[in-house]
Amino acid sequence: MKLKLKIWRQKNCKEKGKFVQYSVDNVDPEMSMLECLDVLNESLIERGEEPVAFEHDCREGICGSCGFMINGVAHGPERATTVCQLTMRHFKDGDKLVIEPWRSVAFPLVKDLVVDRSALDHIIESGGYISVSTGQAPDGNTLLVGKETADQAMDAASCIGCGACVAACPNASAALFTGAKITHLGTLPQGGPERDRRALSMVSQMNVEAFGNCTSIGECTGVCPKEIPLGVIATMNRDYLCASVKKCEDTEVDISPVVELTAKG
Amino acid sequence: MSATISAQVRPRGNRAVTFWQSTNGKKVVMAVTGAMMFLFVIGHLLGNLQVFEGPEKINAYGHFLHSIGEVLWIVRGTLILAIILHITATIQLALRNKKARPIGYSRKEAINSSYASRTMYWSGPIVLVFIIFHLLQFTAGYIHPEARFIEGDVYHNLVSGFQVWWVSAWYIFAITLLGFHLRHGIWSMFQSVGIAHPRHTQTMKRAALLIATLIVLGYISIPISILLGLVR
Repeated sequence: MKLKLKIWRQKNCKEKGKFVQYSVDNVDPEMSMLECLDVLNESLIERGEEPVAFEHDCREGICGSCGFMINGVAHGPERATTVCQLTMRHFKDGDKLVIEPWRSVAFPLVKDLVVDRSALDHIIESGGYISVSTGQAPDGNTLLVGKETADQAMDAASCIGCGACVAACPNASAALFTGAKITHLGTLPQGGPERDRRALSMVSQMNVEAFGNCTSIGECTGVCPKEIPLGVIATMNRDYLCASVKKCEDTEVDISPVVELTAKG
Repeated sequence: MSATISAQVRPRGNRAVTFWQSTNGKKVVMAVTGAMMFLFVIGHLLGNLQVFEGPEKINAYGHFLHSIGEVLWIVRGTLILAIILHITATIQLALRNKKARPIGYSRKEAINSSYASRTMYWSGPIVLVFIIFHLLQFTAGYIHPEARFIEGDVYHNLVSGFQVWWVSAWYIFAITLLGFHLRHGIWSMFQSVGIAHPRHTQTMKRAALLIATLIVLGYISIPISILLGLVR
């Protein structure tokens, strides 16, 4: 089948970008969206043009590298799917796809469809871990975890950090991402002792990064390839509220204060 | 993409100040102040529906409210403070959100959000303008087209006010927008303070829609009844 691809081309963050339209004639319905771009890139290279830059790694929907907007929806029209898992049979012959990168100040553009998502890493660095003493692994059944808790934690843990939530949010908020990490670690017994400190640190870092705020509208969970529920944001808010009210002795260190966002340049 | 945004890091200060500076803290303030205004909306509706019980009843109710002087002003003061905090937080958050995405998408589809939730920035300010107009008309009596405002005669003021078609139309329009605002707000305030459970999310959203609908129907029943001549 034939497709028209209108793709955002931008050399780097300093130069101005623009949409360029390409036609791809030999699209197999079984191809993935990324394979379709591969085919386009091969023809571009043959013609001596610059191929379209896009991020990818596992191509099986679990690494969180890929992702861009297709016709105004993060990761395209299929739900619970990353662009690497999106097969071209979901489009019709002659369709025109508008492809553009995640747009957010927190995700500066690197090239074409590639953006720098280090801001999400900074949030992880601030508290997305549990502190355990190394040594022998504890016995499997020492810590019992209820089924409901395990399910809730696993649902949140399935976040791959692709950034689609930020991209789809009209406020470019990272609440779903941060909420998923806080829920994933905080609801399990291993992460319990650091729950308050984690909520304060990660929420602070989320506010220090150039993200907007959550207005609970739910676009994030709609495009999330892992269908992480909006409830993780409530868990984050609850943990942050409780930790702010509580007198936590161990949170006095290493917590960057939450401040207003200021624009420069 | 030349604009860069960075946050200034200041030493850790007062806990309450830090809380207010965070976007999450502001949302909690918005939820709590929103809940206070929501309670007023319910109370005001229940009071106003007494118009269907005749002039004596609602005039006595109005008289009762004025007789409790200090309490009335405490409630009014609390509500004004709630409105100020709610709007301040909204403006600060909205400005931040605008900075978070200076370059928009050439095309953006909404796939998982309600119309009400996407139009909170419109429904809120319009309802605010309406409230000011409404207070000038029915509380202060400055604007009372085509009839004389009589201090203390609530029933007369109400009926003569709503007999003007455009007053009723504006009222119905604004109350409908209030309904939209509440349809998202009633649910969202629980989310902001962290009261949520996956099993109850749908129930809570449906309850919010139901409550908002009932509030709209309750309020607009008054001008509609007056326009139809059922209440004279």
